[in-house]
Amino acid sequence: MAVITYRDALNQALREEMHHDTSVFLMGEEVAVYQGAYKVSRGLLDEFGPMRVVDTPITELGFAGLGVGAAMVGLKPVIEFMTWNFALLAIDQIVNSAAKMRYMSGGQVPMSIVFRGPGGSALQLGAQHSQSFESWYAHIPGLKVVMPATPADAKGLLKAAIRDPDPVVFIEGEMLYNTKGEVPDGEHIVPIGKADIKRAGRDVTIICHSKTVPIALKAAEQLAADDVDAEVIDLRTIRPLDVPTILASVAKTHRCVVAEEGWHFCGIGAQVVDEIQKAIFDDLDAPVLRVTGADVPMPYNKHLEKASKVDVAKIIAAVNTVCYRS
Amino acid sequence: MTAPSKSKKTPPKRTATGQVDGPTAEMYRDWLRQMLLIRRFEEKAGEAYSLGKVGGFCHLYIGQEAVAVGSLAALRKDDYITCSYREHGHALARGISAKRCMAELFGKAAGTSGGKGGSMHIFDASLGFLGGHGIVGGHIPLTTGMAFAAKYRNTDQVAVCYFGEAAVNNGAFHEALNMAALWKLPAIYICENNRYGMGTALERASAVYDISERARSYDMAKEAVDGQDVLTVYEAMCRAVKRAREEKAPTLLEIRTYRFMGHSMSDPIHGHYRTKDEVEEQRLRDPIRVWLEHLTAEKLLQDAEAKAMDAAAITESEEAFVFADAAPEPEPGELYTDVYAPVNGVR
Repeated sequence: MAVITYRDALNQALREEMHHDTSVFLMGEEVAVYQGAYKVSRGLLDEFGPMRVVDTPITELGFAGLGVGAAMVGLKPVIEFMTWNFALLAIDQIVNSAAKMRYMSGGQVPMSIVFRGPGGSALQLGAQHSQSFESWYAHIPGLKVVMPATPADAKGLLKAAIRDPDPVVFIEGEMLYNTKGEVPDGEHIVPIGKADIKRAGRDVTIICHSKTVPIALKAAEQLAADDVDAEVIDLRTIRPLDVPTILASVAKTHRCVVAEEGWHFCGIGAQVVDEIQKAIFDDLDAPVLRVTGADVPMPYNKHLEKASKVDVAKIIAAVNTVCYRS
Repeated sequence: MTAPSKSKKTPPKRTATGQVDGPTAEMYRDWLRQMLLIRRFEEKAGEAYSLGKVGGFCHLYIGQEAVAVGSLAALRKDDYITCSYREHGHALARGISAKRCMAELFGKAAGTSGGKGGSMHIFDASLGFLGGHGIVGGHIPLTTGMAFAAKYRNTDQVAVCYFGEAAVNNGAFHEALNMAALWKLPAIYICENNRYGMGTALERASAVYDISERARSYDMAKEAVDGQDVLTVYEAMCRAVKRAREEKAPTLLEIRTYRFMGHSMSDPIHGHYRTKDEVEEQRLRDPIRVWLEHLTAEKLLQDAEAKAMDAAAITESEEAFVFADAAPEPEPGELYTDVYAPVNGVR
């Protein structure tokens, strides 16, 4: 098994799928000549040419809509947003066109398309460049929402997303691009809709996704030193949500903390908590707690930014509370 | 507006008795047939709306029939078409049956989208008729994508987009046309300038009144023509199609027309935003009347034939109404189908 970065895992997925299916093309800002703003598309222009690796003007609404139109007649576009913050300009095409074309047409019109790019905050990028929008897209019937946390999942899920017959919102972690991990050799596809138990444990379930996965794993390590055995579940796919895996874990541990980078109000955790309380209320030994980003626009100041983010200490504090250990 | 043109390129054949005939004559007569069907269909749709059989929004095409009929006549079966929500006329002119269109307006299972689309979302993928879209300007980039697909696959298909003049102030219009010109895509952008975006006159919404001029921003071919004369529309569209199919270059085609009805069935025909006199004056250039006079003057049609055509259009529309009214509702289980693609063949 090779150890590669999350960035290179995505690059491999794109390259393999473009070889696999000539109807797959990549379009977005700086994806071709510049080799990608985050170098995810490095080398693809040389390999596949300018008709399949297409630099666009800075016109998110336009090229997202172009992708949707191409998907309506059977191509399989991969539309890269330089970041998901900029996709707000394109959300009409994702929500009003891609998500409902099949339904409005009574099943006549195909819509196999991937919208991808980095989401969430990085370091001191300020309010407009540090946002998590997964709950917005996960709210929309017709969309699938995928958020890998590791190189192996990044590769396997992107390949699955490109082959998927439905529109997939694929949100990468901007701070994860340089992280390394083992990626299985050969054809590696991770099915959409399956969560992954990243660490098995008995005492408490920590549910997380994307950038909160490494934070939760670190928290679990520290908790283990303190005799708390945490199970860490990486959702991987937000919609469709893998409810059975969540319920099986919480029914076993009886305690749960849900961590996410995004804002608290109407966040992913709210949905997870609802699934738990309606199915296994009597299995809970404590209220489920949520650890989220602070309910503010992201501040630029380093210290304020750090204070706003989910970190190991916040997850440990929440675990201690649900375990009545404070 | 320019005067209706008389085609000199296609001199009609005459039989021994002086009656004009031949394929061109038949095509010209068919245009009248199509315009009459759209007119009578829309009248029936309006009636159905008033009876509560058609719900939601219902935007009629009355007054603009020559645009859809003249332009779609220049297309091939494998070309792609997208429209705004005022698309009943285009759907009929493309060859979707009046029964299936009316059934969709009624929300019935026999409708083009099985009743899930409604008046604003008519689709027939087998005819390249790819909607019926409800967000002003939102479908313009879709057409650019279809033209991109034609180039990608190296076919000589053409993608055509119909939208109103109100859509050209929208960012989607600018972004879509810029990319089409930049990448030389076989797209035709048809602005049906009916002078009003709902109740806001063009002059109150746009800094530039000549819509076709906007093509200059993209170094794109352009033309502005009279939309009340079906032959003028057809000839302009033939030029645009040739440009797209053979030269792989897009066109902005402004077709100047007029909406005889309100914005939708729930809106007034005239009132605060335009006068009754203005509407009456425009009605003098009813595209059906203009074309009927042309056919008569050119001895392509006799009065009795015209009357028979209209009677047939009325009958077809009434039959569509009866069919739609009697058609079954969608099965309750259809609520949850078509949200995602079928899994292992199961919807």
